[in-house]
This record gives sequence, structure tokens and C-alpha cells, in this order.
Amino acid sequence: MQHVSPIREPLVTGGKTYHDITEDVCRQVEARPNMRWAIALAVALVGFAIFCYSVYRTLWYGIGEWGLNKTVGWAWDITNFVWWVGIGHAGTLISAILLLFRQKWRTSINRAAEAMTIFAVICAAMFPVLHMGRPWMALWVLPLPNTYGSLWVNFNSPLLWDVFAISTYFSVSLVFWYIGLIPDFATIRDRATGPIARRAYAVLSFGWTGSAKAWSRYETVSLILAGLATPLVLSVHTIVSFDFATSVIPGWHTTIFPPYFVAGAIFSGFAMVLTLMIITRKVFKLEDYITLEHIESMNKVIILTGSIVGVAYITEFFIAWYSQVEYEQYAFINRATGPYWWAYWSMMTCNVITPQLFWFRSIRRSLTATFIITIFVNIGMWFERFVIIVTSLHRDYLPSSWAMFSPTIIDVGIYVGTIGLFFTLFLLFAKFFPVINMAEVKAILKSSSEVKPHHQRHTNTMHGTPKDSNSNTSHSNE
Amino acid sequence: MNKKFVLGIYDDEDVLLTAIENVRAAGTKIYEVFSPYPVHGIDDVLGIKRSRLPIAAFFFGLFGTSFALWMQIWMLGFDWPMIIGGKPHIALPSFIPVTFELTVLCAAHGMVITFFIVTKLKPSTKVPVFDKRSTDDKFVMAIEVKDGVTDLAALNDLLRTNGAIEVNQKEVLK
Repeated sequence: MQHVSPIREPLVTGGKTYHDITEDVCRQVEARPNMRWAIALAVALVGFAIFCYSVYRTLWYGIGEWGLNKTVGWAWDITNFVWWVGIGHAGTLISAILLLFRQKWRTSINRAAEAMTIFAVICAAMFPVLHMGRPWMALWVLPLPNTYGSLWVNFNSPLLWDVFAISTYFSVSLVFWYIGLIPDFATIRDRATGPIARRAYAVLSFGWTGSAKAWSRYETVSLILAGLATPLVLSVHTIVSFDFATSVIPGWHTTIFPPYFVAGAIFSGFAMVLTLMIITRKVFKLEDYITLEHIESMNKVIILTGSIVGVAYITEFFIAWYSQVEYEQYAFINRATGPYWWAYWSMMTCNVITPQLFWFRSIRRSLTATFIITIFVNIGMWFERFVIIVTSLHRDYLPSSWAMFSPTIIDVGIYVGTIGLFFTLFLLFAKFFPVINMAEVKAILKSSSEVKPHHQRHTNTMHGTPKDSNSNTSHSNE
Repeated sequence: MNKKFVLGIYDDEDVLLTAIENVRAAGTKIYEVFSPYPVHGIDDVLGIKRSRLPIAAFFFGLFGTSFALWMQIWMLGFDWPMIIGGKPHIALPSFIPVTFELTVLCAAHGMVITFFIVTKLKPSTKVPVFDKRSTDDKFVMAIEVKDGVTDLAALNDLLRTNGAIEVNQKEVLK
């Protein structure tokens, strides 16, 4: 039995009815594409074209098109990989962990956040695959006997763990997202007027009718998937951090990496969700569903994870001094004062200082301020990965091999290109798929709406059947 | 053979739950209830048993764990042993990440595929829906009509007195 305190802010404003939710969410799916959407898609497609050209150059002329050198063998590509994977953490966190914590505010943002996760992981996967140089050989990362003889992949390698972690994360997130989409596709199918739309959404809806038995199983599946996805989402960035932490490079070889990377991933993911949601709610007029309350809740997560990241930066520095290992100490002093000092201080400013502004309620509830700060966080988290990867590598144990890294235009092109790819996918999603989980929002409407939709309700609403009218329906495991 | 149904249309989940109870108490068998979202408490009043999908998920996960361990131990320990980084051939701590990932992979996908099979969800271009509003804002209670047995007028009364806003008839071609 759920109890909603009267002092809680409503999650759905504007006195919506069930039908209003359907109308508001289906509107942009059914309407003709508007000008703003078309322009945004055109810009994204330009980015995608840049991506295609840069990938063509990389594949045709080889990895020499990139700015990597013998000393800095991982730089721009792995920075972007970790950045995208990190962004891809918010969706599953919102839908899985917040489901287990019974945070009802997740319902109107989980769909778009999960879509963002899937697209971000697609972008992330581009980098290690392209870095192979010969992506058509990518199947060799799977446990296949080498040249179909007897050598196997090396299960001791964190790079191989990554293969398993990222592919599991991608496929499980995709399935979790799709299961949630099925009832909403059914809603669109039953409203569709055109023959193509009706058939297309019928296929997408997997023949969903919304029977009580199906809903019962659907809820079970969602709960178990959330339970499975929660450790999964934490494992993915843990394993990404193992790529660094299991090596012996000063600046990488630290036990703090797994929790520090996971917190950073949630931090950057929430920032990206906010950046996108602030635009989406405006463009699609969804202000009644994605309210200031939602934005404030996400900003609170940003303060928490941003502070964890800040503490991690300081801890690393402290441990470098405390360990009395000369190389470790040099790696950190070099980060802050060496040739890449600007990257380090950009990271510190964007990630440690800016999110602290969210302690002020007025900033937390200001759309403009939130938008600007989330952009800062996105930039800061990119610099974090750049600092970790490049500054640790460019000056290693042997000063004669010290070098600097500078990206080529192709490096920049692939990075900008993945942003284009990401927005192309996101815009297509926003046009053809319901951006808000209608079924889940309808399910919380009675308890969390601003105005009662149909009939009498008490201030303290019981979600489900009020006890006085029906005694057999109390359910403790809601 | 065509099947005939009487559809009681409701517009509130609490009214629906009470109606289901009263209709069942009156001895009428409910064929199915359709709703736009999962109504909490409907399992109890309809007598739907707890799904066994979590048990399926557990066994799929168990399969994933054992398969992953077997695969890694066999490949690196028996089929082609190699010394990597001075570690033993069967270096169990390094096998944990892949084992964990495959456990989750098998449990999640196995359960979802089972869900699709038992709920009979599959892509098709035509979906028979009793009342299209049931995926929008209405709750639909479907009761099968048996010719000569069901008293339609009494059923109509029963549904209406229990808060149905509409009572319709529907024939489904088989």
C-alpha cells in the first residue's frame, strides 16, 4: 500500500485525465513533422555526414589519420568511448534503480532517458570498433578459436570484459526499453488512422491488448529486469574503469576507480538527460509531465554524484602524496601543473564547482541555469576522461619517450559525428515513438496528479482501491 | 464458430475493482479485463496467480553462470592452457566479470523470451481488440455469452449497477 504525503508536489500538473495523457503524448507521433524538428534533423544529419566521412578516412587510410602516437596510444577515441558510455548510464539508472526505490517521478522521464542510453551506447561502441583499424575483424573479440584453430580470447583481459559488459548492457537495456514501449505502441495502434501507421504500430506492439494477465506478467518482468539491470549498470562502468585500473600506469593504477567512474557516469548521464529533457518538454509541450519537480529531483542527483566525483579527485591527489610513490606523485602534479593544466582545471571547474550551485533552490528550479550547468557538466566529464587518459600516458617512466597529443581533424570529425549520429537517432525516436511512458504515467495519475481526474479522493490517497470500499484488494507488495 | 461477448466499459480503476468482485460474487465468469495501465490489486480480485517468470529467470541465470564458468575454465584451463601474466590457467577472479555479465544476459533474455511466448506476444499486422478505448482511457470487462445460457438483460443490469458507463456486445470471428 502506498501512501502519498499531501506535502509532496504533484508529478503531473494541469489536471490531466487519462485521455489527455494519450492525446498529449501521441500528438507529435501523429502530427506531420514540424519545421523545428525538420531543421534539427537536418543539422543532426550534417553531423552524421561528418561522421561517415571521418569513418571513411579512418578505414581507407588507416588509424594514421588519427592523432595517436607511440606514447599516447589511447587518447581521443577512448575518451569519447568512456564519455558516451557514461552518458549511457542515466537511462537504466532512472528506469531500474529508481523503480526499485519506488521513485514515481521516474515515470515521465524514463522512456527518453532509456532511449538516450541506447543511442549513447551505440555511439560509444563506434570508438573501440574503429580503433581496431579493421572493424570487419571485430568478431575476433568473441570467444572464437583463433583462425578456427585452438587459441581462445584472453579472459584475463579487462578489454574482453568490456566486450561482454557493453554488449550485455546494450542488449538488456534495449529489451527493457522495448518491453516498456509495447503497451504504448498498442495505444498508438488503436488510434492510428492511416493503414501504414496502423500496421506498423501493430507489428511494433507485438499484439498487445492490455489484458489483466498480460499486465500482471508485464509488471513481474519489469521488476525482475530492474533487479537485473541495477547491478548491471553498476558493473558496466566498473569494468570500463578496470581497463585503466588493472594496468600499472601511474594515474590509472588506483583502487578508487570503479566507484569513482560509476558516480561520474551517473553524473554525466543525468546532465545529458536534463539537457535533452529541457528541450524536449519545451518543443513537445510536455511541461505538465516533466515538471520543475522532476528537474529539481534530477539536479539533486547531480549534486550528490558531482560531490562524490569531487571527493574522488581530491582523494586521488591525497593518495598520490600519501603513497610516497614518486611516479604516482609526478603523474598528479603533472596533471594539475603540466602542459595539460588547462584540461585539468576545466575538469575541476566544470565538475566540482558548477554543480555545487544546485545547493540554491532557486538555481535548482531555474530552467536556464540548469541547462547551462548541465552543459558545463557534459564538458567537464569529457575533460575528466581526457585528463585521466592523456595526462597519464603522455609522460610515463621514461622521459625520452614523453610526447604530446593533439587531435587531427579526423579525430574531431568522428567525435562531432557521433554527436550528429546521437541526435539523428534521438530525433527519429522523438518523432515516431512516444517520448513519455503513457501507461506508467496513467498508473500514477490518481495518486500524483495535481487535480483529481474523475472522482472524489482523499488528501492522503491510497494508490489502488480505498480500503473502505473494498476490503479484498489490499496489496502490500505494490 | 463465432464467439459473443458482453463488454462492460468502466472509466475508473476503483469502480472496476469493486465491479469485478461483485460480478464474480454473482457467479458470472469474467473472460478477460483490459486496461490501459497495470491496475494494482486486479490480480487479487480476478484470482490471477503470481507469475512464475521470476523462477524462470533464476534458472536462466543459473544456466548463464554455469555456462560462463564452464566456457572459461574449459577454454583457458583445458583446451589450450596458456600462462598469461603469471596467473594460474584457471584464474577464477579474472573470470568473475564475464560470468556476471553472462548470468545477467541469460536471465534477462531468457525471461523476456519466455514472457513473449507465454503471453502469446508476437509481431502481427492485425490485432484483435475488443474495444479500442481500452488502450487509451477505459477499462473493459469482457464476459463470454453462451447462447441460451446467459441472461443478457440480467448481465446488463449487473454491469450497470456496478458502475459500467456502457455495456456493449461484440462478436469475435474465429
